[in-house]
Amino acid sequence: MQSLNDEKIKWLTEKANEIRQSIIEMLIEAGSGHSAGPLGMADIFTALFFHIMKHDPTNPLWAERDRLILSNGHICPVLYATMAHSGYFPLEELKTLRKFGSRLQGHPHREYLPFIETSSGPLGLGLSQTVGMCLADRIDHGKYSNKQFYCLLSDGELEEGNTWEGVMLGGKERLQNITAIIDRNNIQIEGYTEDIMPLEPLADKWKAFNWHVQMIDGHNFDQIVGAVGEAQAVFDKPSIIIANTIPGKGVSFMERRWQWHGNPPGKGPEDVVPKERQGKEAIKELRTLGGKIKSEHE
Amino acid sequence: MFDADMEQVPIRKGFGEGLVIAADRDKNVIGLCADLTESTQMHFFAKKYPERFVQVGVAEQNLVTVASGMAAMGKIPFTSSYAMFSPGRNWEQIRTTICYNDRKVVIVGSHAGISVGPDGGTHQAIEDIALMRVLPNMTVISPCDAIEAKKATIAIAKTKEPTYIRLAREKTPIITSEDTPFEIGKAQVFFAPPMTPQVGIVATGALVHKAIVAAQNFAEKGISVKVLNISSIRPLDFEAIINLAKEAGAIVSVEEHQIVGGFGSAVAEVLVQNYPVPMELIGVHDKFGQSGTPDELLEHYHMGISHIEKAVEKVLGRK
Ligand SMILES: Cc1ncc(C[n+]2csc(CCOP(=O)(O)OP(=O)(O)O)c2C)c(N)n1
Ligand SMILES: [Mg+2]
Repeated sequence: MQSLNDEKIKWLTEKANEIRQSIIEMLIEAGSGHSAGPLGMADIFTALFFHIMKHDPTNPLWAERDRLILSNGHICPVLYATMAHSGYFPLEELKTLRKFGSRLQGHPHREYLPFIETSSGPLGLGLSQTVGMCLADRIDHGKYSNKQFYCLLSDGELEEGNTWEGVMLGGKERLQNITAIIDRNNIQIEGYTEDIMPLEPLADKWKAFNWHVQMIDGHNFDQIVGAVGEAQAVFDKPSIIIANTIPGKGVSFMERRWQWHGNPPGKGPEDVVPKERQGKEAIKELRTLGGKIKSEHE
Repeated sequence: MFDADMEQVPIRKGFGEGLVIAADRDKNVIGLCADLTESTQMHFFAKKYPERFVQVGVAEQNLVTVASGMAAMGKIPFTSSYAMFSPGRNWEQIRTTICYNDRKVVIVGSHAGISVGPDGGTHQAIEDIALMRVLPNMTVISPCDAIEAKKATIAIAKTKEPTYIRLAREKTPIITSEDTPFEIGKAQVFFAPPMTPQVGIVATGALVHKAIVAAQNFAEKGISVKVLNISSIRPLDFEAIINLAKEAGAIVSVEEHQIVGGFGSAVAEVLVQNYPVPMELIGVHDKFGQSGTPDELLEHYHMGISHIEKAVEKVLGRK
């Protein structure tokens, strides 16, 4: 993996912003789906697809590809949007999200869309599958295989017991090729994680299970790329990156609010922006980068 | 009954209202939920009785095992989540700690069926009736509308058996009234033509309404079809089913669930052992669901009114 320079950071920042716009557009078109999680993870997806991962959009099932396992399937709008911007399929197809006959199922389906490594949506099942994939790779290619396994998790799904069964085995087997990233946005459906089911001290928990732990700002490309680099340099341990993110990032009336977990623009809480203006306001804010640049329509 | 603008309420809402009434009447009623309190309509109860409500987080295995412990201490725990996750994810925990122990815990599975719609196949529980009706000691209730769900919830709180109650997410036509009788273990006649029926439909859950519309359409054509609403899948009303088979000589079952192991299968088990007659089964034929609107999916998976009508015609031809 190359290190980042200012020019690449600027490019990634702009790409992440385009992806956020696509997320909003596809959610408006679908009329249902999740807003907060996908917006919060747009920077990490951009860094993975456009800088970190070994993959080939013209050959989605390339045997040498790194594996990306999305455990919290409900944030799939960010996965689909990033895949489309990478060239896996036309941007136009994003408008079919959640519609009958679409490859872009409401929660990702492995058999509908190549490159999706596993179907997900039901929470807490991704990490154990990642452990299984990595164990299989070790049987075939030995301990020093170059293949990387990236597992994306949400904080809410750490409440599932199955997650910790995977954590334990990953630590036991010293699966150094696993880099798991937690979307630590502090929200879930019904409130803040620390009210619903406290997860802290989260870093200590993973350390106790023999994982290499890093905490980063999930919106800072230097930190995202740096942490993945460190994870790959660590010998004999799987890595967890706790990425502090802002749910709804980029759309101020959604930011940090659990009420935007599962609503698309147009169906969210009305206390700040009325329903009929939520879509337009969100797009406008993203286009102008929160008022920093002028919209082309002004 | 057949107006386009008839009242529609989500079945799950009836559960939410019923639970508050059950809790008003019995202080041992407890509510436990796994981060879906409002979705499953347990929030009415949680607001009124916060001291009797437990939020377990996204942890369905813990949800039912904790409830089993509470039942051991004399509580009447109602546990709610999406049917896909409870009883989908935690089946063995339910089997061992609730049914094998014979402890009274209520499993409330909301968002059952493919009518969940755009969330897609991962969230559409169409195997839950099979999973629950196979368990010794378990009662299985699948209400046809919100009013029946309310009555069922109140009734369940007073029984001793572990119970599964299956709820749908979408708005469903109200086809019963406060006076319609509800009794666990009893089927009800919901549509009876004046002549001897030529076909009997047994239906459960949200599709009972569609079965009645189909029967009404046949009545207009001079073909008599009788409809039983069977919300109590276990215990099942053997007598009513056998009598309908004797009367009509042909049966169609209707459910929003896999054909394999579901409600229709339960009816078929009764018929083949007691009074075999030709039978057709409406439901999902060995497939998973997918994203789409509820109507698109009901059509695609052959559970629309036209499909019920075709099944009636087919079974008539087999008599
Ligand atoms: C096994 C399971 N139980 C419940 C759900 C319902 N559910 C969907 S998202 C969610 C909240 C999870 O929190 P998190 O992933 O942190 O949400 P976000 O940060 O994306 O808002 C829940 C409970 C599910 N998808 N799977
Ligand atoms: Mg979260």
